[in-house]
Parts: sequence; C-alpha cells; structure tokens
Amino acid sequence: MELTLTVNGRKVAVDVPTDMLLVDLLRERLGLTGTHVGCDTSQCGACVVHADGVSVKSCTMLAVAAQGSQVTSIEGISGAGGRNSLHPMQQAFHENHGLQCGFCTPGMIMSSIDFANRNAAPTEAEVRHWLEGNMCRCTGYQNIVASILAGTAAMHATGSVEAA
Amino acid sequence: MGNITGIGAAILRKEDKRFITGRGNYVADVKLPGMTYAVFIRSPHAHARLLGIDASAALDMPGVVAVLTGADLKADGVGGIPCGWGITGKDGLPMKEPPHPAMAHGKVRHVGDAVALVVAESVDLARLAADAVVVEYDVLPAVVGVIDALMPGAPAVFEDIPDNLCCDWEIGDRAATDAAFASAAHVAKINLVNNRLIGNPMEPRAAVAQYESSTGRTTLWSTSQFPHVVKLLMGNFVLGIPQHKLRVIAPDVGGGFGVKQFHYAEEAVITWAARRLDVPVKWVSERSEGFVSDAQGRDHVTEAEMALDETGKFLGLRVSTVANMGGYLSTFGPNIPTNLYGPLLAGVYTTPAIYCEVKVVFTNTVPVDAYRGAGRPEATFVLERLVDVAAAQLGMDRVAIRRHNMIPTAAYPYQTPVMMEYDSGDPTGCLDRALALSDWDGFAARRAEAATRGRYRGIGLATYVEACGLAPSRIAGRLGARGGLYESATVRVHATGDVTVLIGTHCHGQGHETTFAQIVSEKLGIPADKIEVVFGDTDKVQFGMGTYGSRSLSVGGSALAKSVDKVILKGRKIAAHLLEAGEPDIEFADGKFSVAGTDRSLKFEEICLAAYIPHNYPLEVLEPGLEEQSFYDPVNFTFPGGAHVAEVEIEADTGTVHLLSYVAVDDIGTVINPMIVAGQLHGGIVQGAGQALCETAVYDDSSGQLLSGSFMDYAMPRADIMPNMKIVTHSTRCTHNDLGVKGCGEVGTIGSPATVMSAVVDALSPLGITHVDMPASPNRIWRAIKAARVAQAAE
Ligand code: FES
Ligand code: FES
Repeated sequence: MELTLTVNGRKVAVDVPTDMLLVDLLRERLGLTGTHVGCDTSQCGACVVHADGVSVKSCTMLAVAAQGSQVTSIEGISGAGGRNSLHPMQQAFHENHGLQCGFCTPGMIMSSIDFANRNAAPTEAEVRHWLEGNMCRCTGYQNIVASILAGTAAMHATGSVEAA
Repeated sequence: MGNITGIGAAILRKEDKRFITGRGNYVADVKLPGMTYAVFIRSPHAHARLLGIDASAALDMPGVVAVLTGADLKADGVGGIPCGWGITGKDGLPMKEPPHPAMAHGKVRHVGDAVALVVAESVDLARLAADAVVVEYDVLPAVVGVIDALMPGAPAVFEDIPDNLCCDWEIGDRAATDAAFASAAHVAKINLVNNRLIGNPMEPRAAVAQYESSTGRTTLWSTSQFPHVVKLLMGNFVLGIPQHKLRVIAPDVGGGFGVKQFHYAEEAVITWAARRLDVPVKWVSERSEGFVSDAQGRDHVTEAEMALDETGKFLGLRVSTVANMGGYLSTFGPNIPTNLYGPLLAGVYTTPAIYCEVKVVFTNTVPVDAYRGAGRPEATFVLERLVDVAAAQLGMDRVAIRRHNMIPTAAYPYQTPVMMEYDSGDPTGCLDRALALSDWDGFAARRAEAATRGRYRGIGLATYVEACGLAPSRIAGRLGARGGLYESATVRVHATGDVTVLIGTHCHGQGHETTFAQIVSEKLGIPADKIEVVFGDTDKVQFGMGTYGSRSLSVGGSALAKSVDKVILKGRKIAAHLLEAGEPDIEFADGKFSVAGTDRSLKFEEICLAAYIPHNYPLEVLEPGLEEQSFYDPVNFTFPGGAHVAEVEIEADTGTVHLLSYVAVDDIGTVINPMIVAGQLHGGIVQGAGQALCETAVYDDSSGQLLSGSFMDYAMPRADIMPNMKIVTHSTRCTHNDLGVKGCGEVGTIGSPATVMSAVVDALSPLGITHVDMPASPNRIWRAIKAARVAQAAE
C-alpha cells in the first residue's frame, strides 16, 4: 500500500505491505535503527516513538496507521539549537547517568518527552508510575528517574514543551 | 594538582552521545548487501525423540534459501558446543560431559532446543517457511526439578547417564566439620530454594555472519561479552576455521549480565550457514525465543546447618546443594554452583570448619549458567538466611551475632577453610556505616507506627563477600578451567600524544570507554577526551577473555595500568636522551618529563613526537614508536564485600511487599568513577530485589513447558519496585594489584536478595515465620500469613 507520512520532519512516500509494523518501516526501510525491539508482547518500551506528538509503541502499530502522521524517532529530536545540540531530555540522561548499555534509552527518552509535555512539575512517584511501560535491565531506574525529573524541568525552563 | 579526568573523578560518560541520539550500533542494526534472514525451529517438547523433519513444502516457497538440520551439521563434520570447565567429583573422576550438538539430532532435551534453521530472503518469509516445516517427535517423559531428577526411575536426559548426575562435588574438611557439630551447643538449620531466573538483557541475542570466498575470511557479529573466546571456541572446536581467517565482532551490546558470556550454538550455526550457503545470514532472537534459549541462572535446592557454641560463635557449617544444569552443559555451567559457590560460604565470618557438597544435575530445562553474581548470591543467601535463623533460635540480635563472628579487620589477609585467602576488607566498618545510615536503632518506632496502619514492617540486613576476577590461571586450571584468566591491553600512543587503548574486555553498559580512559588520564596527565578505548573486535584487539565476573577493572584495568607504566618507562629513556641527563634523574609528573632538581623538562607530547620522528633519538639502544602491550594474570581473586540494609512493609490482607528503603555500603577497592559505580550498584541491587520480590522461572513439572515464557508471565522489576537507594563506598585497597581495585559489577546482586528476604522475614516474625522462599510474591506471602495465623489460632 502507498503510504505518505512525515518522519523526523521529512516527507516520506513508501509502498509497504499492510501488515508491516511501524518499527519495521523505521528500522528496515528507512534505516532509522535508533528505535529498538526488545520484546514481542508490547511491554518493554524500547520501540517508543512519537506519532503526532504522542508516544506510541512502534512494535504495536501498523505502518499504514501512520498515514499522514508526523512520526518522530530518537534520531529526530536533537539539533533544534544547532547542529550538535541535544534535546534537553537527551542532555538530562547524559548528565544524570540515565543510561548504561543504551538499548532501552531511545524508548525511555521518547516516552519521557511525552511525559514532560503533560507534566510541568511531576513527583518522583509519578515518574516511576509513568515508566510502567518502559523496562531497563541495567540502571535500576534510579538515574532514569533523576534524568526525567531534570529533563522535564529543563524542557519547561527552555520552552521546548509541546502541547499534545 | 588533581587531574580532573583522572581516578576518582565523577566525569560524565564518553560513550553516551551515540546512545542518546539513537546512533548506537547493535548487531540487529547490521545490514549487509545480499543478506538473508534466519529463524530457528525449536522443539515444543521438553524431551522427545526426533523422528523426522520434512522441509519439502517450505523449500518450495518463493524466497526460501535453505532449511538446515542437525543431520546437515553432522554431515559437514561440525563439532558439538564445548564446555569451558571440567570439574572433578568427590570420587576423583571427571564430571559427565555428554555431547551438545549445535542443533539437535536424535533427541531434543528442552523446550526451545533448536532442531532446524530456515534461511530466506526476509524474516517474514523465513517465519512462514518455518511454519511449513513438519517435525515429527516421539514425546518422552520429562524431568524438570533437581530433586525429581535424582529419584530412581526418573527419565534420563542422556541415556548413558541414567541417574542424571553430572557430578557430585565437594569442598572443605568433612571430618573437622562433623566434629564441630558433635561438640556444638546449638545447631541451626534451614532448607531453601534459590529460584531459577531468566537474565533478560533488554537487547535480545543476535548473530550475523559473512563469508568472503575471495579471501577465505569469515566474520561473525555477535551479541557477545567475549568475542575472542567465541573466536577460539567456535573456530577451533566447532567449525574448524583457522584463527587467522576468522573475525568476531561484538559491537554495541545491550546488556549482558552473564547471559551473553557463553559460546552459544546459534553463533556457530549462523556462521556455518553463511559459509555453506555463501551468503550473509542474520538471526535476531525474539524475546519469547530468548526465554527458552538464553542460558538461565540459579536453581538450587539446599539444606544447610550451622553449629554454634553457647555464646553464638559459629563452629561449623555444613551445606548440601543440588544444582540444575538443564539439558546441556553451557560454557561455564558446572563451574558456577561449585567453584563460585562453595568457596564463598565462609562469608565474612571466622567459621573454622566448613563442608559443602553439591550434586550437579541434568534436567529437561534450558541450560543453566552464570547470571549476574553467579554462585555468589546463592552462597550469600544460604549463609545469611542461616545466620538469621540461628539468631532467632538463640534469641540473639541479628547484628550482635554477626559482630560476634566477623573476621576482625586486623586479621586480614585472612585464610578461610574453603580455599580463599581474602587480601583485604573491613566488614565491621561496612556494617557500622550501614546500620547508621539506615537508622537501624530507630526501627522499633517505625514498626510500631506501621502496625497502627495494619501493616507488618520489617528491617533486614546481610553482609557478603564476593570473589571477582577469577584467577590466577594456574589455580583456575587446577579447578577445571580450560582457558586462561588473564587480560590484555595495548596502549597505542600516537605521534601527537593522543592515545588509543585496545583492550580484551568487553563493555555492554559498564562505561569502560570512560573508566579506562580515566586510568590512562591519571597516569599520563592528559585529559580523558584525548583517549579512545577500543574493544569488541578480534581484528583490532590482540586477545582477551572478555567481561564477566566483575573482572574488567581488576584484571583488564591492571593490564592497562601495566601498559601505561611501560609507556612511561620508555618515555623516560627518550627524555633522558633529549635532556642529556641520566635516566634515573628523569621524573614524570603532570604530563611532563623533567630532570630532577632542574627546570629542564619536556612535555609528554614532545616525547611522543620524538618517538615517531626519531631524528634526535637513541636508535642504537631504543626502537622508535610508542606502543606497549601487557598480558596480566592476577595473583589472586579480588574480594569486594559489604553490608546492606533494607526495610519493607507488608500488607496483611494482600501479602503485597513494599520495599521502602535500601542502604548499601560496599568495599570495592579504589573507585575510578563514583558516578559509574553508583549506577552499577543501582542496577545490581534491583536485579537482586527482582529475584527476592517478583522474578522466577516456572516450568510445568510434568510437561516441562516454561510457564513464565514472556514478559507477561515473568515479572521483571519495573521503575516502581523501590524508591531511591543510598549507595556508599567504604573501601579498603586490594593489596595485590597496583590500582587497588576490586570490582563492583555484581556486588549489588550478591547482597540484595538476602537483604530483602531478611527484611521480609523480619516483618513476618511476629507471626512465628522464620523463612520464606523467593520470590516474596503477594500470593506466597498471603499464604504464609494465612497459614501462620491458622497455626497461631490453633495454639
Ligand atoms: S518492542 Fe517491546 S514494547 Fe515494543
Ligand atoms: S540502559 Fe541497558 S537496558 Fe536500560
């Protein structure tokens, strides 16, 4: 099926089978391998991207369901403040040691940005609850929670919050 | 002047940027021209005779390249997967070591045992074709539990091993221990299960292989913690590929925890298929496939008893364990419940007599091997649970009984009765700080307050000692290791003074690109951003044993430090020549070579340039260039240790356990980067808390089906498992390596199951409960509470 959508700000027109998953479109067709696959039961969150500004599990969404949508993956969030600039949430993960092996990280960051868009001043407990759909086996979550709290504050301070 | 990127600095990680921007390069991301895709067909039965495989329909499907089976492997002369450890039993005979074919022929021995490989032009086509392959089985009775496997008449996993016993192993002095029990005033006993775990690194395993017929070279990309060892084992023992024609690359790897430190059959099968078919072949495990093909961890059934005198002094410890190996011997399998378990049973106590016997048993389950901690969490769990039980029995305080038996700090180095000589440690210091940080003394008030809310509140503690960096090779060889246990590092100093480190360890989240750069930065006085750390590619890095057993810093870091010292030594010779001084007069500090007592000096960069442009250079006595290599074989293990405290509340009506606080005080030797150390502790503690509270692998006893075969059924710890932990290091230096380092990758997982369970049992102690097995799931705790109340009511 002919599919047109916007991926990381670029218009894309592709012919895809109707049963293709969004994650396979991103990884296999578009070469955007920052989005990961960590499970087959829609639970780990390694595959989280944004569709029209809202976090979705790209392993659980058909590519054709993104017809006409704005899809953003981890590769598409940096650079707003110049070529080498990081998104405030990326910066927060770096500064708070919010990643070890990095495999869960793209999904964590994409999920966290959506969380920050919805919450101006979250508590630690709210962050931990939000992360129900994102697993990390390395960090024990403590520094991920710290990263999200810091990244959320930074997003609100720098005006990089998007209305969902 | 302190070096701001040197040892002890909490600098941010050099490797982060590629991961936070989605530019990591994992095996699943590898794409080659003409690549084909493979899926494994796996046995749905735990134990069955393989009657036949009919692939004709699949082979007729468009886009299908091949269907390969165990018979094809056999016809091509492919060898079985070797075991890396051969242990010896009580009787002096070697363990039983049955063949481990890379794909089953004759029989399947666990659910998930691979029987065929389908190769096609896409993953989807390969999956469709796999569904069209007809495999005929004659299903046999299966055996799952270790106690069942030892029963007379149990199904035999291997026909020629009718009792399923791989090895009956022992350590310690049986007679001395029996004598201690004979004279004891008290004997405390415990029977416990250390539940089976599934490691589940977030990145599933994967392999890509390519054969270039024009050069005869083969390349394997694998999610491995030890690419050089895979190259040696697979090339030499399985596929017969000469070492100089084989390259193994383990690029970015998404977590390991031991699960990726074995040579797996899939690596060999994918490589063999790529060579046989002369096309690149890619396989990426699905998560549910990983549940039945990644080696699993723990799975012990244990009886233990402690002999004590009337004051509560430990006189003797007797432990009898049955450990599950699963359906085949994995790379380190037999070593984990024996050499990495028995020798740890002394813990931090002065128990004079210890005897431990371990029956290592085959069952129709996924092979069991090392998982973060590997043997040491099991030993700690046995010992610390037993100490708690003894304290309760003697009416002693849990802290007091530990203090009464702890090895005094002044007694180090300390020889235990079970092989180990601890070089350094301060167990009472760790304990004191853990008690203070957790407000142990104020607990009674918190318990009383919780009781007003209808909750049982408990506090628990555990001490531990761990053995990292298994060594030296000579001893390991005597214990059954079939490989060396050294590490190698090359320091390549460029003409400009920038440095590339090539090291044989492998990083899959531990931050080595930063930590190792800090060691070089400290010694050479150059900033860490002038240092690049390379690992994970056998064509680039000389050799290495990889990363497991918390060995990277203590063994790999020590090799690196030696290489840097050699660079400095050569630099001094060059400086002596250029500064026209005697070599003994040359000092090196803050990145400068100077003549002692003068203001004459040369910068490190100037020496590097002279080494590569040797116009004014002592060529008659010194080679140009500046690159040094070391292979370091340690003289002993390193022994981190510590004390952890946890506090829980239990809902009486639901059995739900809330983990409310966690304090860890750990002696890990010199700390290179405290930020990274804290991260390792956080992750390790949560993995251990996962075992204590939620994780467990469950097999159906009669069919051998894995019932907890996905994240729907296997409860992984989520972000709400516990609040923030307090992590403190309380270090003594390791006395036998120059850096004074011990290792920190596993300590969290070693201390936390015993700590959390001590708190859970303490919470339930008013009900007369003295032990519960892991995991302390709501269901299990609710039942325990109910049974205890019924028992109390009956009294
Ligand atoms: S891959 Fe695990 S939730 Fe999408
Ligand atoms: S950093 Fe490894 S899984 Fe989260």
